[in-house]
Amino acid sequence: MTLTRQQGAAGHGNLSTPLIETRGIFKSFGGIHALEDVAVQLMPGEVLALLGHNGAGKSTLIKMLSGAYTPDAGQVLMNGQEVQLSSPRAAQLLGIETIYQNLALADNLDVAANIFLGRELLRGGVLDEDTMELEARKVLDRLKVNLPDLRKPVFNLSGGQRQCIAISRAIYFKARVLIMDEPTAALGPQETAQVNELIQSLKQEGVGIFLISHDMHDVFDLADRVTVMKNGRVVGSSPTSDITQDEVLEMIIAGKLPRGQAASS
Amino acid sequence: MQRVGTTAVSRVPVMTRLGLDSRLIFMVLAIAAIWIVFHLLTNGIFLTSRNLWNLSVQTASVGVMVSGMVLIIVMRNIDLSIGSILGFTGMAMAVINSRIFPDDTWWGAALTLLLGLALGALVGVIQGTWIARLGVPSFIVTLGGLLIFRGGAWLLTSGQTVAPLSDSFQILGGGLNGSIGGPWSWTVGLVLMAVILVSDLRTFQQRAKRGLPNRSVLVQAGFTGAMLLLVLGFVLVMNGYADPRSGLPRGIPVPVLVMLAVTAIMMWVVRATRFGRYVFAYGGNPEAARLAGINTTRLTIMVFGLMGLLAALAGAIQTARLNAGTNSTGTLAELSVIAAAVIGGASLSGGSGSIPGAFLGAVLMASLINGMLLLDLPSAWQNVVQGLVLMLAVTLDVVVQKRRVK
Ligand SMILES: Nc1ncnc2c1ncn2[C@@H]1O[C@H](COP(=O)(O)OP(=O)(O)O)[C@@H](O)[C@H]1O
Ligand SMILES: [Mg+2]
Repeated sequence: MTLTRQQGAAGHGNLSTPLIETRGIFKSFGGIHALEDVAVQLMPGEVLALLGHNGAGKSTLIKMLSGAYTPDAGQVLMNGQEVQLSSPRAAQLLGIETIYQNLALADNLDVAANIFLGRELLRGGVLDEDTMELEARKVLDRLKVNLPDLRKPVFNLSGGQRQCIAISRAIYFKARVLIMDEPTAALGPQETAQVNELIQSLKQEGVGIFLISHDMHDVFDLADRVTVMKNGRVVGSSPTSDITQDEVLEMIIAGKLPRGQAASS
Repeated sequence: MQRVGTTAVSRVPVMTRLGLDSRLIFMVLAIAAIWIVFHLLTNGIFLTSRNLWNLSVQTASVGVMVSGMVLIIVMRNIDLSIGSILGFTGMAMAVINSRIFPDDTWWGAALTLLLGLALGALVGVIQGTWIARLGVPSFIVTLGGLLIFRGGAWLLTSGQTVAPLSDSFQILGGGLNGSIGGPWSWTVGLVLMAVILVSDLRTFQQRAKRGLPNRSVLVQAGFTGAMLLLVLGFVLVMNGYADPRSGLPRGIPVPVLVMLAVTAIMMWVVRATRFGRYVFAYGGNPEAARLAGINTTRLTIMVFGLMGLLAALAGAIQTARLNAGTNSTGTLAELSVIAAAVIGGASLSGGSGSIPGAFLGAVLMASLINGMLLLDLPSAWQNVVQGLVLMLAVTLDVVVQKRRVK
């Protein structure tokens, strides 16, 4: 359903129109240029890995896309049309869902309240707790997450369970673009495998996914393409099938394209 | 008291299993203990209808404000200005009532109150805007407010006391005609009991029907039954105190009715509205709230506006009770209110707090003061005891938290 809608918006289901695209994004904090002339593109159903050292600007870029920061200059286009991501709410309304690096959950609220935070279901103007609990149960069941009591604060849940809550939020609200900032960094191997499986199935549904990860193995398993950043600039992009892990590492470290590799973004 | 605390701690898992809040139960027990001790110490004066009626009126002012303070503290803020806002708006209402509406009419009193409430809300909104938009810590802004509005209360009349107020306005204070009488008290009590019964029953049935977990029937029945008995007992006590002039039962005092209404509404706000949900979300994780698209600036402003409104309501109650506007009304009230909120479970690190808990905190503090007054203790002791109770309550909390982490 999501897919048909975006194809409709793109005109004739033109597969060469990116689902989301940035052009010439600049952002600085005080004197630090966190992003300089950044252009990235994401196709429907594509998993794009964003790579780079700490401080390369990855988190800043995705916060721009999720409406948490506004760019100093540049454009964001969805299906070829410019959009204003002026607030998290604006991004959510366009179908951009974000799973943040620091797991943005309110520890003192229960599972259902966290999934629906900011977009609570209402009935007669008041919170419809029961329906939210039921819907939360449904979406968690879909993810095969077993949480016995959804009315307990998320305070003492494991990293994996918390991550699943963040992901179910994106799924419930039918993300078209899903941004995951190091989604498995805090997880054990089993939980990581579960999240990776989830990424695959969302991809099947036509969701575009930005994946920030330091695990080169996961990146090559999941991503169709990698984009490498350094010091706020895009070094280059390449399909994972055209590049080796060593070449990617070289791009990250040296900040330039490996010899014999043409920029193919 | 400490021993009671230890047993409460070891009972925590059972309570959770029964779906009861151990803190509320503990506070009820603590209040019961205080009442019994004072009853014995005062040779049977404390637990009389007359004294409990007085106690309820004495609780009203703090009780009206404390639910607002819970929201402020949950949002990782503090409001030190409420005692001064109380005094300032109280003085303003005294001036309005005696100079603009000198004739005794119900609408004159109502307009006085409305203007006072609007003034309180406005003051709160200004402070909240200062805090949220300019990023100045609430401690500083409201400390400034404490000084400014206390000074403002003096400046309104150059320090002169304004009296008397119209009879209609005095009703708010619970004075001579300030109670609703026997029949109306029963009406209020029965309506309240019906509401409790119906809403508990419906919630239980609906959750059962949709396959959602519930408390066990027995526990729910016990809980609902206890609430009904509480209301019944309350009405009986309030009607047990007769008016010496007419010999008729006084019934529920108007300020107590106001306090109960405010508490009930605030409990509903926290449980059933987005606003209440967002206050707690912000307290738990301000960044998460912002990223979830919540307008946290507006939220902060609204909470401080609400606090100002409640402080003005308390100002109306105290001014009406005194039958005079004075520039010292409400001095140090902020400290009693903060203490009651904290005793009731509000944590200054944010994210946790409870309206019913804070209400019980207000009852507990008022009980201590009332008992000490009956015992004729010098008022210096009241401060000492209040301070000690506050420290004890927080210490207990810290100990409990530590155990839970282990
Ligand atoms: N809110 C902020 N204030 C000031 N500097 C920031 C802020 N966010 C990011 N930066 C700076 O911008 C640069 C890029 O950071 P970031 O996007 O977090 O990188 P990454 O996620 O790739 O590690 C860093 O130099 C960082 O210090
Ligand atoms: Mg980062």
